Amino acid sequence: MPILEHLWIIPLLPLLGSALNGLLGWKWPNKTVHSVALAATGLSFACALEAVREFVANGQQLFRKEFFDWIVAGNFRAGFDLQFDQLTVVMVLVVTGVGFLIHIYSTGYMAHEEGYFRFFSYLNLFMFFMLILVLAANYTLLFVGWEGVGLCSYLLIGFYFLKKSATNAGKKAFIVNRIGDFGFMLGMFLLFRTFHTLDFTALFAQAGPLPGEAMGQFGTLTVACILLFVGATGKSAQLPLYVWLPDAMEGPTPVSALIHAATMVTAGVYVVARSHILFTHAPTAMYVVAIVGCATAFFAATIGLVQSDIKKVLAYSTVSQLGYMFLGCGVGAFSAGIFHLMTHAFFKALLFLAAGSVIHAMGGEQDMWHMGGLASKIKVTFWCMLFGTIAIAGFFPFAAFFSKDAILFAAFNHEPGGKALYAVGLLAAVLTSFYMFRLIWLTFFGQKRYDEHHVHVHESPLNMTIPLMILAALSLTGGWFALPALVGGKDYFSEFLSPVLGSGEIAGIENAHNLELTLSGVAMLAAVVGLIVAWRMYAKDVKRGKSEGLHKLLYNKYYVDELYQAAIVGPLVWISQNVLWKVVDVGVIDGTVNGIASGTTAVGDRVRQVQSGNTRSYAVWVLIGALLVFGIIFWPIVHPALVGGMR
Amino acid sequence: MVPTNYYVLLSAILFGLGIVAFVFKRNIITIFMAIELMLNAVNLAFVAFSQALGKPDGEVFVLFVIIVAAAEAAVGLGIIILTARNRRSLNVENVNLLKL
Amino acid sequence: MNAPVIIFFVLAAIAVLGAVSLILQRHPIHSALSLIVVMVALAGLYLLMGAEFVAAVQIIVYGGAIMVLFIFVIMLLNAGEEERTDFSKLATYAGVPLAVAVTGLIAAAIVNSTAAASLPPAAPATLTSTRTLSTLLFKEFVYPFELTSFLILVAILGAIVLAQREN
Repeated sequence: MPILEHLWIIPLLPLLGSALNGLLGWKWPNKTVHSVALAATGLSFACALEAVREFVANGQQLFRKEFFDWIVAGNFRAGFDLQFDQLTVVMVLVVTGVGFLIHIYSTGYMAHEEGYFRFFSYLNLFMFFMLILVLAANYTLLFVGWEGVGLCSYLLIGFYFLKKSATNAGKKAFIVNRIGDFGFMLGMFLLFRTFHTLDFTALFAQAGPLPGEAMGQFGTLTVACILLFVGATGKSAQLPLYVWLPDAMEGPTPVSALIHAATMVTAGVYVVARSHILFTHAPTAMYVVAIVGCATAFFAATIGLVQSDIKKVLAYSTVSQLGYMFLGCGVGAFSAGIFHLMTHAFFKALLFLAAGSVIHAMGGEQDMWHMGGLASKIKVTFWCMLFGTIAIAGFFPFAAFFSKDAILFAAFNHEPGGKALYAVGLLAAVLTSFYMFRLIWLTFFGQKRYDEHHVHVHESPLNMTIPLMILAALSLTGGWFALPALVGGKDYFSEFLSPVLGSGEIAGIENAHNLELTLSGVAMLAAVVGLIVAWRMYAKDVKRGKSEGLHKLLYNKYYVDELYQAAIVGPLVWISQNVLWKVVDVGVIDGTVNGIASGTTAVGDRVRQVQSGNTRSYAVWVLIGALLVFGIIFWPIVHPALVGGMR
Repeated sequence: MVPTNYYVLLSAILFGLGIVAFVFKRNIITIFMAIELMLNAVNLAFVAFSQALGKPDGEVFVLFVIIVAAAEAAVGLGIIILTARNRRSLNVENVNLLKL
Repeated sequence: MNAPVIIFFVLAAIAVLGAVSLILQRHPIHSALSLIVVMVALAGLYLLMGAEFVAAVQIIVYGGAIMVLFIFVIMLLNAGEEERTDFSKLATYAGVPLAVAVTGLIAAAIVNSTAAASLPPAAPATLTSTRTLSTLLFKEFVYPFELTSFLILVAILGAIVLAQREN
């Protein structure tokens, strides 16, 4: 099994590409740079395919190999161990496949940009870290990848580093991620303390037989799972740590597609799914996950309703869809969550890349109120975007229909509170359909709201449109694994994942199959409702109204950023400036150091006065010294007498 | 017989008087003489103990002290002469070039 | 109260008075003469203790050589009466208390020392013969003895160097 034995080659190839481009790319022409990058990613994808083939041919046995010892400290061992199981198959194919397509797209989109080599170097570096993350066999190595993708996210968001808003967004992303990472680390510490290992196989083997904790009980596993989820909240942009994702749109569009749609933000979902054994033992934690996911799905959808920047709409859509994935995991349907992760990777990447194509066509314009009537001009982009929109809205037989449906079905059957979760999720689905079709109508239909003389709308070149078409095809067919389940057959996807994630079958529901069909129908209806409302409001000529009341609230993202600034950032900065700087640093630390110096100087000054130059004084000092010495020597003799004399 | 304590106490008193003289007098030569007084006091103690213990070792030591005192007096007075010529005064308080 | 004790007290009184006189006299020559008195008294005490050789050496060397040297220097330098300068505050105020403290400390140590109490009251006047002393000096103490001769040589050289006039 050549590839599986050398599993490290899958992440190593992008690392090599990154190093080559990073170190030598500055004097290479664009062609060489992207050849290196595409070769690295493409070969990585090929190796991943081969690894999957070997895995399947080997009877789908869990494959795990320790390559070298990284940290060995007492009883703790964290090795560079990689593993390959069904869940890894899904993740690694998504990461390398979609990653490869986006690399191809970037050769067109970034063709005229400064720092072409830097972009591809960072992008390859990201692929390396993401692959480490999904291939890792223990939490420690996973965390390496986790941090690494955060770093690459920072580098890529701030790619246009001369733009202040971009660098600020990069910093914001990194810092908010860090807060989540803190929770993740605490979770890891707690797990280590409880199980004395962080290796997946060993840890889950220990945890499996343990009794589950009751709902409402905050036992060790529950706390650990909630802490891991806090990390996932940061990385996957859920409430309350989602605020970095909309700002991350400052980065180039391929970055938004790869990192903030298809791969990095899904790392949180991956971790929750990977740790599903722990989560199933902690129903409280799962409930938290479900509620946060559901709330985020709804919350982000409401903000996305009124945004005017095309990428911002998609950003909030991403946050919302990630909420769905967590909702799925939270109600126990882990394979449904992963399914949605996969389909979302397809259609969200497609949507972002198509939006990039629109922006490219419009010469850099991102505001939808300055677009309009583009459908006839950029046909390929339009049709691809339409495919993506239909997919995300959840129309049959496009991809998200199956995945979103599985999630909502599991939510409906969840006890307790499942019906409420289902209702909110359904409402969010309506909103999703609405704002996506709003986007379509505003961008591609209606009258032209731009100046024809300044903007020359042109279709994107082939290296941009071909990935779009491939992704569009995947958005259509990606969900067909679960198609037979509709007609009473098997859900191939969840069956494939069942050795890892459990069957996810919900027992004891009467007429489960009919219920599922009914709910599917309701979901389709929701999508249609959204479409119709959007059509009524935006399809014809539409003017932009004044923003007031509820609209203003939504447009300003519920003022959450301002709230954070006032409640958290502001006081922290105030404390740093006035307390930590002025009091602690200047007063205490500098004061101590300077005080010691000036104290020493003062003492030296006093002692100097002993040196009076007067011989008789010196004689007296000698006498004093002699007295001290005599005292010390004679003390044992004199002391009892003194004590006796005093009585 | 005279108890040894008496001799040693006398030695202590002479020593103390020598210290007083050393601290209070201002003439260099007088201070030097106070040093000689102190040495003598110590000699007395040595001889007293030598007699009390019955060994003559203390007296040998006294001889050594006297020899050293002689050598010291010779060199010391030489220095005093030079200093006195230099500062043109025998007042020890004029020897204050070490003042910081 | 037997004779030795009385003699002791007399000689002790003379020694102490001489020392006090050394302090109180203003002219250095008078201080020197007082010191001679002290030394003679001490020589008497040595005799009382039976250390006749030491007494002789005391008079000859200390009284006859060293003190004469002192007097020569006083006369050479034409020392006059002491001036009444008082620059050292420390010496003025701390001097007496310190001296008293040192003396008192030593005295207390002597008085309370159990070792002294265990000393037998001296056997009557065991005269230490010169022969005993010289035997000791040239047998056990021959090394320090040679060293002291070396020391005196150095002192002579030093005195010559110091007393040379500057050329």
